[in-house]
Amino acid sequence: MTFLTYLISGLALGSVYAIIALGYTMVYGIAKMLNFAHGDIIMAGGYAAFYAYTRFGMPAGLAILFSILTCTILGVIIERLAYKPLRQASSLSVLITAIGVSYFLQNSAQLMFGSDTKIFPSILTEGSFRFFDGKLIISYLTLITIFTCIVIMIGLTAFINKTKIGKAMRACAEDKGAAQLMGINIDTTISITFAIGSGLAAIAAVLLCSTYPSLSPTLGSMPGIKAFTAAVFGGIGSIPGALLGGILLGIIENMTKAYLSTQLSDAIVFSVLIIVLLIKPTGLLGKKENVKV
Amino acid sequence: MNAPVLQIRNLGIDFGGLTAVNNLNMEVHEHEIVGLIGPNGAGKTTVFNMLTKVYDPSRGTILLNGQDIARLDTVAVNKAGVARTFQNIRLFRNLSVLDNVKAGMNNQFVYSIADMLFHTRKRRSNEETIEEEALKLLRIFHLDELKDTEAGSLPYGAQRKLEIARALASEPKLLLLDEPAAGMNPQETEELMDMIRFVRDSFDICILLIEHDMNLVMNICERIYVLNYGMLLAKGSPEEIRSNDKVIKAYLGD
Repeated sequence: MTFLTYLISGLALGSVYAIIALGYTMVYGIAKMLNFAHGDIIMAGGYAAFYAYTRFGMPAGLAILFSILTCTILGVIIERLAYKPLRQASSLSVLITAIGVSYFLQNSAQLMFGSDTKIFPSILTEGSFRFFDGKLIISYLTLITIFTCIVIMIGLTAFINKTKIGKAMRACAEDKGAAQLMGINIDTTISITFAIGSGLAAIAAVLLCSTYPSLSPTLGSMPGIKAFTAAVFGGIGSIPGALLGGILLGIIENMTKAYLSTQLSDAIVFSVLIIVLLIKPTGLLGKKENVKV
Repeated sequence: MNAPVLQIRNLGIDFGGLTAVNNLNMEVHEHEIVGLIGPNGAGKTTVFNMLTKVYDPSRGTILLNGQDIARLDTVAVNKAGVARTFQNIRLFRNLSVLDNVKAGMNNQFVYSIADMLFHTRKRRSNEETIEEEALKLLRIFHLDELKDTEAGSLPYGAQRKLEIARALASEPKLLLLDEPAAGMNPQETEELMDMIRFVRDSFDICILLIEHDMNLVMNICERIYVLNYGMLLAKGSPEEIRSNDKVIKAYLGD
């Protein structure tokens, strides 16, 4: 029964990784860049929800919406100011800029909100289901997290396959030049991609901060790197890959913590990544020509 | 002669010190099929790239129905009514046949982010219209039964046809075909000629095409421009071009 508990909480953790990984993988698929500031968008989302709820007295739903909106706008602004001027530059310049943006966001947060850790309020529900005379306890939060991930995956897949903008995104992912000649505006498409990725980061932030309720300016780094790992693990550029990579990473991490060693869990997680990449350099679902977005 | 749709005046482009195209004057009129031919490296595709603003011309003007499009960007040029195919096919290989055509319609159906988020009636009717229009186009090219196939796995001839369908999806006034018959066998080329004429008539557009297959060029083009070393060498009807000494020399050497 404890195994099942660990499995389910691993699934929840993996769901959060998957939601964050979507941001990395979509931006990589379309803009062909690694947005290392994505983790810090999560941090911004956490603070936005925190202030909206505790200081501005918004109800939970509104606070979450506020957080999503803040992150979406922040993501688009970052893309416009920092990445768009570098569209023709080498990928190394873009990568270094992204790292710079990451530090900029962390330090700005420190300046604005202070470096002390704040306690994130439980804005989602508390409480839990009990099964088998209390042997298996699943919190509502765990279920909400997994459910949210499923909804996002279905919604995003439908969006990308069914809508005009989704098609524009897939076209851009394949051949930007040809897409432009077909009348697809690349700048708009990339902006929308950043907006979606950042909005998802805000949702991930609320879920993450509700599970681990401490808020600090560097809160986004570790989940950011883990989710990036998940994206690479699943095959970067592939949306199902992000889901698979995130879930597997979450479960592996939780299982190692439970049965092997808490201290070594990160080392083991990253070792698994290295092994997978040695055997299959494109990641689990990554093909050389994959449906990339 | 009909009114001109495309007028190119003194068009030229330099790459560093190299002048790739210089002093080019061309016209394409309503309902016309015009050929652009010349030896390899003459600058034909460069002209197409300038017309679609992949390259910025160094000199000259490009008028489309009187509007100067030489200063617009690629997307705006497409919106203004120029669509093209590519010498080396550039379909969205992982998208389905249908989605390729739909991607080409991007310009025409506008709905806001609010429409997108809230599944408004406007958006739904838009998506339905797109679907219908795309299927209509595929039927013309006999590709409708393959609509769910990945574009990259189509046979070569079908890929060429799909590229034309995708270009037509943006409702151009001028269609640029870059070596449409490349890699086709004689029978496929024959079909292609019928199709190009059919497209011209049923969509009421004019077509400018680059082609090395002289049989095709002489058969379907009403007028031909010959480019050599980036300069216009000759222009005229197929008969005039066929018997032009300069052209024969450029192709066969002295």
